Amino acid sequence: MEKIRVENLYKIFGPQPAKVIPMLEQGLSKGDIMEKTKHGVGVNNASFSVEEGEIVVVMGLSGSGKSTLVRCINRLIEPTQGRVFIDGIDLTSLDKNELRKVRLEKLGMVFQNFALFPHRTVLQNAEFGLEIKGMDPEERSKKAYDALELVGLKGWEDSFPSQLSGGMQQRVGLARALALDPDILLMDEAFSALDPLIRRDMQDELISLQERMQKTILFISHDLDEALKLGDRIVLMKDGEIVQIGTPEDILTNPADDYVSRFVEDVDITKVLTAESVMKKTEAVGHIKTDGPRAALRKMRKNSISSLFVLNEERKLMGVVNAQDCAKLVAEGSSDLRSVICTTCKTTHLDTPAQDLFIIMQDLGYPLAVVDDDNRLKGVIIRGSLIAAIAERGGN
Amino acid sequence: MDIPRIPVGKTIEAGIDFLVEHCSFATRAFSDVLDTGLDIVQTGMLALPPWLFIIIVSLLTWRLARSKRIALFSIAGLLLIWNMGLWKATVSTISLVIVSTLMALMIGVPTGILAAMSKYVNKTVMPVLDVMQTMPAFVYLIPAIPFFGLGKVAAIFSTVIFAMPPAIRFTCLGIQQVPKELIECSEAFGSTRWQRLVKLELPLATPTIMAGVNQTVMLSLSMVVIAAMIGAKGLGGEVWKAIQRLQMGKGFEAGIGIVIVAIIMDRVLQKVGSRKQ
Repeated sequence: MEKIRVENLYKIFGPQPAKVIPMLEQGLSKGDIMEKTKHGVGVNNASFSVEEGEIVVVMGLSGSGKSTLVRCINRLIEPTQGRVFIDGIDLTSLDKNELRKVRLEKLGMVFQNFALFPHRTVLQNAEFGLEIKGMDPEERSKKAYDALELVGLKGWEDSFPSQLSGGMQQRVGLARALALDPDILLMDEAFSALDPLIRRDMQDELISLQERMQKTILFISHDLDEALKLGDRIVLMKDGEIVQIGTPEDILTNPADDYVSRFVEDVDITKVLTAESVMKKTEAVGHIKTDGPRAALRKMRKNSISSLFVLNEERKLMGVVNAQDCAKLVAEGSSDLRSVICTTCKTTHLDTPAQDLFIIMQDLGYPLAVVDDDNRLKGVIIRGSLIAAIAERGGN
Repeated sequence: MDIPRIPVGKTIEAGIDFLVEHCSFATRAFSDVLDTGLDIVQTGMLALPPWLFIIIVSLLTWRLARSKRIALFSIAGLLLIWNMGLWKATVSTISLVIVSTLMALMIGVPTGILAAMSKYVNKTVMPVLDVMQTMPAFVYLIPAIPFFGLGKVAAIFSTVIFAMPPAIRFTCLGIQQVPKELIECSEAFGSTRWQRLVKLELPLATPTIMAGVNQTVMLSLSMVVIAAMIGAKGLGGEVWKAIQRLQMGKGFEAGIGIVIVAIIMDRVLQKVGSRKQ
């Protein structure tokens, strides 16, 4: 389902913004318009949508209009023209009070420099939205406690923001937004002010939170690595215009124009990266000699995976079994995995370039096994970790 | 060539005369009420034996300022005042300061809030404040008399006008200094204007507002002394008497009394203000 839809959105800064829009339609550039009319172009004819449960990253360099765009969505900045729909409701047509309700009920926001209230404790910060909503004190502090626990800040409730590190402060910011349980999270450069290591942690944490919560997230970032890591889709902006919308793979492998390709140039190390450098250690494997379906199931459960690679007596890869088939075997009372092993599972060699891995892994229902020349299992590649690995190395 | 004289003074006088003629019945009535109120405060304070009063004030300063030094200073200072025979005058001055400060804050803080929230109010109020602050304090004494008669209420009136500007300015400044980001955040969470003011702006502006309160108190004290010229009595009255009789010693004694009261009030308010941060 479509959660957010932005249609032909414009934001022009200056005394007579309406006059500028026809000029933009004629194709004048941001620079020309600044020179001719002294009007700044914030957002130029942006249209895109965000599906429920999706993370869309709006990315661009500073001045590309991405922060303006996100503020137009909750109307912290009034759009000059165009429409914004949240759950099918046209936000641009709402009056002040209706808008407040939508903000309160549907749109949580996390800010770049945290924007925590210095006079309030961590708990009181997390309570803020609920307090605005008029919830009674007991209920709201319970919800705020829960939200703080969710972001890993249990025990810090009575501290003040100034006593926390940057990463922790942003967790408070996140908890403040999550406490209201909004469908949509707008995250404006939420991790940009953090140092790289903490930023990576927070990104991982957001991904794992998202797996549990399934919010719709619009994430603003100037960092391509971050966009590649977090985004289900990426919206690339330049000079207020959207230049490309696509999945991380699309953007990397198929840049829409020069601007995008120059952008991804530094990151496009898919050509030099190989399977060996992006694979992860296999946490669990089955041994055909010793493991039956019950053991296989237990190993999967323990490692929260849904399929397991099985090795033969010589520790060479035989194939892969999935949890469903194992469960069936258990029900049937059979103890031999052989009947359910998929021996035709795709494998790849240590020196396969990462670029090709994308193609191999397309529509693959289980991780990709990496084997050496003797067909010994060396590691596995998961789609998510492939993108993450590329993104991380791109940062160096 | 004769340039006709612009009748600035005459116009103002005519305006005030007009107001006096039509409003003085109300202001005089108000004056009577306030006078009675003041009397009650003052007799109440004087009903306590000075030693008990000194103990109470010292304990209060100790609790509020959380500082032994300031508490000890209050004991010593107030004992000295008592010893110099200025007790009654001091109590009278303190009660005047308290009443005029409260009135100045009651008008000043809300005005400051309005000035911070509305551009138009701001543009109207600020030049008025400039005039209020640069006009020599003595000038306020003159119109106070026809409205309120000679005495304490006229003194309070001119004191309120003189002491109010910092309350307005600091309140306004404190609210305007709230970071834009935090305001954006409270908006994004759907605050009403009132919620934004109460939950965000006022708490963050409190230290600045407290600095304004401190200024207001100090200005009140200085104006209450000047207002002795129109019959405010108190410590200022002692100074005024000493000037007329050229009694240097008496003048300095009363002056020292004023300084002691000022120091106690200032330190306590400063501590309270900085603790709020």
